Amino acid sequence: MPNKDQQLLNWVPRLRRYARALCSNRDDADDLVQNTLERAWAKSTLWQGVVDMRAWLFGIMHHVHQDDYRRPQLQTVNDEDIALNRPISAAQDERLQVRDLQAALDQLPSEQREVLLMVALEEMPYADIARSLNVPMGTVMSRLSRGRERLRAVLAGQAPTASHLKVVK
Amino acid sequence: MNATPPITEAELHAFIDGQLPTERVAQIHAYLQTRPDEIQRLEDFRAQKHALHRMFDPVLSEPVPPRLQRTAAQPPTPWYQQRLAAGILIACVSGAAGWGLHGVTRPSSGLLAQSKPGINATAPSGPAARGFVQRAAVAHAVYSVDQRRAVELDAAHEDQLITWLSKRMARPMKAPHLQALGYSLEGGRLLPGAKSPVAQFMYRRANSETTQGRLTLYVSSEIGDLGNSTPLPSLAREGQNTAAAFSFAQQGDLKLFYWVDGPWGYAISAETDTKDLTRVSSEVYRQLASGTASPTR
Repeated sequence: MPNKDQQLLNWVPRLRRYARALCSNRDDADDLVQNTLERAWAKSTLWQGVVDMRAWLFGIMHHVHQDDYRRPQLQTVNDEDIALNRPISAAQDERLQVRDLQAALDQLPSEQREVLLMVALEEMPYADIARSLNVPMGTVMSRLSRGRERLRAVLAGQAPTASHLKVVK
Repeated sequence: MNATPPITEAELHAFIDGQLPTERVAQIHAYLQTRPDEIQRLEDFRAQKHALHRMFDPVLSEPVPPRLQRTAAQPPTPWYQQRLAAGILIACVSGAAGWGLHGVTRPSSGLLAQSKPGINATAPSGPAARGFVQRAAVAHAVYSVDQRRAVELDAAHEDQLITWLSKRMARPMKAPHLQALGYSLEGGRLLPGAKSPVAQFMYRRANSETTQGRLTLYVSSEIGDLGNSTPLPSLAREGQNTAAAFSFAQQGDLKLFYWVDGPWGYAISAETDTKDLTRVSSEVYRQLASGTASPTR
C-alpha cells in the first residue's frame, strides 16, 4: 500500500493554499494546517479505510477550523485590515485588486468561503465536497451559489454587507 | 422538440466548474445565447476562480515550514517537544501518568491498565495547553515576587477567599492543605484567564523569607476542551478515581507541574526541585481526588 506518511507530506502545500485563503492570515493558516495534520495523525488508524485522502483531510480541516471559529475570542484588527474592509472601487492597480479580493473573501460567511475555495482552488467534485463537509449536495450548491454571488457583489463595490442578495434556487 | 428539463442554478455552476455532464453542455450554450446578463454573471464567476488561483497558487511553491514538515512526516511530536517550540524548556517525567495514578487509582479499577506509563495518553497538549501553562508561569512570576501584595486575600481570611473564589469560579473551591509538606497557605486571588476567571492560591515554604520559597496553584476551567476529539477512557471520571496525566514544564528556575482533570486544569509552580514539586503535586492531586480540596464535586 502507498506510504501514507509520505502522502500526508504531499498534501501539505495544497492544505496550506486552501488554509491561506480561508484564514487570510499566514500564521493562522499554518496553525490550521498544523492542527489538521495532528488530528490526521491522531486518527491514523483510520487511514487504511480512507479512499479519498483529499476529501478526508479537507474534512478534518473543516472541523478544526469550525472548532477554532466557535471558540469565543477577541478579534484583533490592525489598521491595515481596517483599510482593507473599506469598499474600494474597481479598476485600481493589480496589487490593490489582490488585496481587494482577500478583503472580499473575508466578508463571506465561513461556510460559503469553504465551499467556494474547495471548488475554485482545489477543483474538487461537488460530491467530494459534500462528503468532506458531511452536508447534502444541495447545501454545497447553495453555498457555492451564494458565496459566488456575494463575492461578486462585494467586488463590484455594491454590497459589502450584502444582506439583500437575491435568493437562488 | 424534446422537452428538456429547465436549466438550474446548480447546473450553471457545474458548467463553469467543468462538472456538468457533456450532454447538458450544449443545452447550456443554447440557454445562454439569449441571455447576455447571465453570460456576464458566469464570466464574473469564472474570473473569481482565476483571480483566486493567481492569488493563492504561489503558496503551493512556497517552502513548507519545518514545523509542518515535521508534523506531516511523523506522528504528533510528544508534548514535551511541542513545549520546546513554545519557548519553554520542558523536561519529560517518564511514566508520569503511572506515578500520578499511584495511590489514587486501584489497579482493580482497570484504569491503570489503560494508562501505560510512558505513553502520553492524556497529557494536555496543543495551543490551549501551551497558553494555560504560560499563563500559569507568568502569574506565578508576577505575584510570587511581590513581598507585600502577593495575594489579594490572605490566609487569615481564608473563608472569605474561598467564598469569593467559589462564587467567581462557579464551583465550590477549597485550598489544598500542604502544611504536612512544609507549605502554608498565604492566600489567593482571582485572575483573568484566556476567557474566564482563574483562581490562584499562593503558598510559602516554611522558614523561607525569600520569594523563591513561594509556590502557586493555578486552577482554571479553560482547558477542559483541550481539543482532544477522542476522549480517552482514562479521562472518564469514575467516582473518585480519576486518571489524569501529569506534565512537567520548566522555565528558567521555575518548574511547573500541570494536569487536566475533567473540565479543570491545574498548574503548580515553584522554584524548587522536581522531587519536592512531585510530592506537592501528588498531594494536591490526592486532595482533589478525594474531594478534600478545591474544586469539590
